[in-house]
Amino acid sequence: MSKFKKKKSGELPPVNTASLPDIVFMLLFFFMVATVMRDSTLMVANRLPAADQVQKLDKKDRVMYIYAGKPSDRYKDKYGTSAKIQLNDKFASVNEVAAFILAERAAKRQELQNVLTTALKVDSDTKMGLVQDIKQELRKVSALKINYTTRLGDYTQNIN
Amino acid sequence: MAKRSAPEVNAGSMADIAFLLLIFFLVTTTIETDSGLNRKLPPMEDQVDPPIIREKNIFTVVVNKNDQLLVEEELSDIKDLRSLAVAFLDNGGGVAEEACDYCQGERDESSSDNPDKAIISLKNNRETSYKVYIAIQNELVAAYNELRNREFSRLYPSLRLSFVDALNKYNDPRTSANDFKDLKPKLDLVKQMFPQKLSEAEPSKTN
Repeated sequence: MSKFKKKKSGELPPVNTASLPDIVFMLLFFFMVATVMRDSTLMVANRLPAADQVQKLDKKDRVMYIYAGKPSDRYKDKYGTSAKIQLNDKFASVNEVAAFILAERAAKRQELQNVLTTALKVDSDTKMGLVQDIKQELRKVSALKINYTTRLGDYTQNIN
Repeated sequence: MAKRSAPEVNAGSMADIAFLLLIFFLVTTTIETDSGLNRKLPPMEDQVDPPIIREKNIFTVVVNKNDQLLVEEELSDIKDLRSLAVAFLDNGGGVAEEACDYCQGERDESSSDNPDKAIISLKNNRETSYKVYIAIQNELVAAYNELRNREFSRLYPSLRLSFVDALNKYNDPRTSANDFKDLKPKLDLVKQMFPQKLSEAEPSKTN
């Protein structure tokens, strides 16, 4: 008899999914901003020295990386504070460099094996003795093309 | 007034917008590449017959353990190194077949004959710090680049490029094959005019 139908109740209204894209967007933006591409985790301090006469190191498949520097804070207790070499994800001594280069070289494609560059990512506060030792090891296995990786800047930043 | 429910917003096109943005960023993102000083180490085997080099054709740079610099037996500052190296390389003091017709230096007889003969010898100590070593390497490379830039713009003014820019263009994978072919002989010629002859002595443990 009533003119107005009573509204159906009890059934749950469907969840509005219009805001789902926004959530996805937020996630997308977050990861876009926060992503840093890095091959291996650094275990050494790695503040690179500055230089401005640099050449780009394109073609990442032709590069082998050797890191060196003082162990970072969380490894100080275990490995001391003198400068160390890092190969892949672990600390190494100087005489392991040659074997590392040979292994890296063998893992690359045949046609690239003769054009490989070794990138030395060495912390600015390292002494040349360690770098010299690495260079000697590289000469032993004829990995003669090297690149002292630097950050872009004036050389005066290196002198204090 | 009867209560009306709000009209449903059509969210069907949201996906398209998301795709558009995603594709935009995919296309425009460049992954940052490393850069640094390229060097070549000398091969291990000793030369059987070392060539005779005249003393005046060698520019000696020595760094000691306190990061002090000795250029041609004189205590110097790193900021003067570039101009000293340029003056040495560009000297062109040679005569007859050793003469250098493009050098603009002082033609001092006691300095280098010819850029082709001129050798920079760098010696460092085991205690030298790496950053100072890189600063010196940077300045020496800068000296070569300065001279190469000069010759490149003198020989090829129509390109409106410096040697360094041209080299970067040459190494850029996006450069067209035509430019690539065009640049190579020009770059090689200028490199030949001022070849990078940088020798590094075995480091000393003393001094």
